[in-house]
Amino acid sequence: MRERRILTGGQAVAEAMRQIDPDVVPVYPITPQTPIIQGFAAFVAQGRAGGELVDVESEHSAMSAAVGAALAGARTITATSSQGLALMAEVVYLAASMRAPIVMAVGNRALSGPINIHCDHSDSMLIRDSGVVQLFAENAQEAYDLMLIAPRLAEHPDVLLPVLVCQDGFTITHSAEVVELVEDAAAQAFVGPYRIPHPLLDVAHATTQGPFAMPDYYFELRHQQLAAITAALPVFDGLAQEYGLLTGRRHHAVELYRVDGAEHVFVCLGSTGGTIKDAIDELRADGHAVGLAQIRSFRPFPRDDLRAVLAPRARVTVLDRADSPGGAAPLFADVAAVLHGTRPELRSVVYGLGGRDLHPADICALVDDERPLVYAGLRGDACLA
Amino acid sequence: MPGPLTWRELPLGGALRPEDTTRTRTGGWRTGVKPDVELERCVDCLLCWLYCPDSAIRLDGTAFAGFDYDVCKGCELCSVVCPVDAITMVPDDA
Repeated sequence: MRERRILTGGQAVAEAMRQIDPDVVPVYPITPQTPIIQGFAAFVAQGRAGGELVDVESEHSAMSAAVGAALAGARTITATSSQGLALMAEVVYLAASMRAPIVMAVGNRALSGPINIHCDHSDSMLIRDSGVVQLFAENAQEAYDLMLIAPRLAEHPDVLLPVLVCQDGFTITHSAEVVELVEDAAAQAFVGPYRIPHPLLDVAHATTQGPFAMPDYYFELRHQQLAAITAALPVFDGLAQEYGLLTGRRHHAVELYRVDGAEHVFVCLGSTGGTIKDAIDELRADGHAVGLAQIRSFRPFPRDDLRAVLAPRARVTVLDRADSPGGAAPLFADVAAVLHGTRPELRSVVYGLGGRDLHPADICALVDDERPLVYAGLRGDACLA
Repeated sequence: MPGPLTWRELPLGGALRPEDTTRTRTGGWRTGVKPDVELERCVDCLLCWLYCPDSAIRLDGTAFAGFDYDVCKGCELCSVVCPVDAITMVPDDA
């Protein structure tokens, strides 16, 4: 009998961590990630998880310790948000290049400044090009599910990369909803033991890891990361299928909602997908042919699946919860690149920065909005170059 | 490693096994000075061995046994930490 409980996204991910039972958890608290590590620390204190919880002095140290632990041969999880992820950024790139299969729970929060604690995706976008996998959950259940899939994805021999499980700060991390948990034994059997090719503690087979690479080798080693993250798409799909057989919940790199016959498809990341689904139900009831393609795997970007779904549509509206001052919003830029030379008219919508709510009515209003670039919810006329 | 390798041939993440490293004579880019020793002064305290950032101090058991110029960079740390002034820096070509 699977247990159904009322949990916040933060608590749900802490439950997943308890079940994964990582060997090492180096972490530094930051809102809105704190409930994740607070929940896990309570499990350790109660003797319900055996991991080595390392109280480090900063997120830079947390990620540095995580790299060392993961490469030494220990299953390693950390968690952060916003400024914490920014402080980690240098080491996130190193973790990807050293192929350290660290799992990181992220409670997405706007980067300063101005300082803010609420959700947007600017922190994830800051490390967009680091080479790590980034999965975005829509709700607490998905955050839990993706967290259980994450170690297998990170540690797969074709991947060996950090995997970030991103959930919208507060909207998911602090909102309680029904979450169905996998039985502990089944979760642990699914996750399995930690294995990496060259653990540093295997002194009989000593290796130097993270060596200097000059112009004669840097390009090739960076390209290895591209091959790894490309492989992560089919590996994720295989794991999601296996997880689906275990739980009845089948996840995809692109989740589709009511796209059959849809002339106008929205694209988004994270919890806004739930809001858009409600709006789509209203719009469909009013005769609008609209649907949603929600990006579950932002990196690797599911180019082929997305192109197949979106290319035949009349209009595609991409909602970004981040901007790129002086350039195109990041998700929009990715979608536009995928759809280059195809039929749809593209719209870019930037919304929700610093935690500003986006309501179903705001989404419904976008259907008849002909502007190519919209700052949804912004007070005053937008500055459009 | 022989020759420039492609990304498929390179070890994962650039992790190197001992046999992957063949050109180890990093002393080739020494600063221009190298340590020299007056062995009769040496008391085998091995501070030079402890402080050497590379592996340029040779040992015979627990006794000082000279320098490995193939890896010495000429940083002068050994000459600074030697408590009996047995080590001095001399020009590389001396």
